[in-house]
Amino acid sequence: MFGLDKKDSTLLILVAVLTLLAPFILNPFPSDSGLAQFNAGYPDLMQRFVIFGIFAIGFNILFGLTGYLSFGHAAFLGVGSYSAVWMFKLLSMNILPAIILSVIISGLFALVIGFVSLRRSGIYFSILTLAFAQMSFALAYSVLTPITNGETGLQIALDDPRIFGGAVAADGSIPVTNLFGLEMRSAFDMAVGPWSFTFSAGYYVCAIVMLIAFYLAIRIFRSPFGMMLRAIKSNQTRMNYTGLNPKPYTLAAFVISGMYAGLAGGLMASMDPLAGAERMQWTASGEVVLMTILGGAGTLIGPVLGAGAIKYMENIFSKINDNVLHGWFAFLPDGMEDAVVWILHPFVGKGWHLTLGIIFMLVVIFLPGGLVEGGQRIARAFKGKKAKETSEKATTEPAE
Amino acid sequence: MGILEVKDVGKRFGGLQALGDVNLSVKENTCHAIIGPNGAGKSTLLNCLVGKLIPDTGSVMFDGQSVLGRSPHEINQMGISRVFQTPEIFGDLTVMENMMIPLFAKRDGSYRLHAIKSVMNERQLREEAEQMLEEVNMLDKRHMHSASMSRGDKRRLEMAMCLIQRPKLLLLDEPTAGMARADTNNTIDLLKEIKEKRDITIAIIEHDMHVVFSLADRITVLAQGTPLVEDAPENIKGHPKVQEAYLGEAH
Repeated sequence: MFGLDKKDSTLLILVAVLTLLAPFILNPFPSDSGLAQFNAGYPDLMQRFVIFGIFAIGFNILFGLTGYLSFGHAAFLGVGSYSAVWMFKLLSMNILPAIILSVIISGLFALVIGFVSLRRSGIYFSILTLAFAQMSFALAYSVLTPITNGETGLQIALDDPRIFGGAVAADGSIPVTNLFGLEMRSAFDMAVGPWSFTFSAGYYVCAIVMLIAFYLAIRIFRSPFGMMLRAIKSNQTRMNYTGLNPKPYTLAAFVISGMYAGLAGGLMASMDPLAGAERMQWTASGEVVLMTILGGAGTLIGPVLGAGAIKYMENIFSKINDNVLHGWFAFLPDGMEDAVVWILHPFVGKGWHLTLGIIFMLVVIFLPGGLVEGGQRIARAFKGKKAKETSEKATTEPAE
Repeated sequence: MGILEVKDVGKRFGGLQALGDVNLSVKENTCHAIIGPNGAGKSTLLNCLVGKLIPDTGSVMFDGQSVLGRSPHEINQMGISRVFQTPEIFGDLTVMENMMIPLFAKRDGSYRLHAIKSVMNERQLREEAEQMLEEVNMLDKRHMHSASMSRGDKRRLEMAMCLIQRPKLLLLDEPTAGMARADTNNTIDLLKEIKEKRDITIAIIEHDMHVVFSLADRITVLAQGTPLVEDAPENIKGHPKVQEAYLGEAH
């Protein structure tokens, strides 16, 4: 299907079904139950899942295939966001031109940074990309204030010189982002008994863009270009002596992954037309590295899983505070309840990073292939069991 | 005129004169061996031929064109393939993928952005790769992870990767170094077969005299960066200068 083999088609269809049904899947608990806080099916968070999924898919094309670890990818995300917001301010509130511009601008930006950074490899490459990203971050905060609006962040105002659509909406407020009239903010609530599901236009736009991005990533992985990138990771000497020039290949991979990051940034601004410099900070670059490694670098689905896992923890674990914990353990005697809450306190709420850190360490030590490897091991264990059973049957039957 | 003409090549590393006025002519469709004691400059000479080092003086002409100042991938595209002392293969890739990469390099040149077409659809190249693997008896290993193979297999794979590009000149850097006797003999047989079947020029650097004398049509003896003698194998064995510089050392 679409030029993919059977295995990849199955994966694509599976991902498509999961993302399109996400409003149901992520809201498994009735909205008035105590577990409702574990529901992740609200538009804002679902959008973040898929947007960071796109970011991580793109990062994986560079890191997973070529092994070049960039520590500055958030810069491209930030550039994408700024470009999109400028498009909203100057051209129109339609997200399509905004997203196209953010992809182009971040691609050009990646071309320049990649050209310089790829003169070195290994740790020096990582440091160069980190330096460029921090430089962009510092510039956005200081001298580039006319473009980036400094600390306040770039946002839509009532006096924007917008060409199409005018500066003010019909009711006198700031107009909202849309795709040919379909407002990104619009949502449809569906109540089934005690459950409630929200279908947001913004989420579905992001989800479809992510599916296209994911499909393209599969094609790249299976193409001769993808094979060359893996060859670069494997042995550059042999690559050179086979008549291939690794430099343009790595640069192309860098630019493509920068464009994915720009796409993510543009989508982020499309959902909420605001761009701040903190999006370019090194912690943001580090986050996408964590996502990719947690999910499984070099695998197709890993980065999406990693992005989902981290964003889920960031938004759900961080909401669990002491009151919630006291509520859960109210059945324990007073002294014990306090003790249990005291033990769990550092791992939840503001301490969710500690939980993430522990999970990350466990994954890196025991599952170097990330969550994907975990899934494969579980699948193999089941299959192995089955195979064993059948072979046991085969050996025992003759005896009977 | 030979296919490879090395003229007055010199290379100095700081105070050490690694190569001094090396002249060498490799005739088309012959096997030319370069031998010499450790530190004679064999590897330096080889590195000057493939673009890894640039000689300080002299010229290297291949097929009528100078190779000096060109990078290794450009020189490979001119028709020179190199086999390394320790096999250099794409260890993370399967054997089949290892064979596909040189085919792409041959067909598409140093760089081409082929990002959407699937490798699976390159039927013609796949067939070519399978045929080559058949020739080196590795077809049954085509789905293997190449890093997990034995050293002998890695060597054969590397050789197959070089041969599938149909180079005009094949450079071998101690292809049997560290091999067991049986593996060495297999490699000799493989190289003999290659020599007979294909129009190919081979330049070989080797320590193992057994290998050299069973393959070479012509031998150059290098000592302290300069060629001592160049002659046919039967004349080299008894040559007094060679005995003194090279074989004598062992006795």
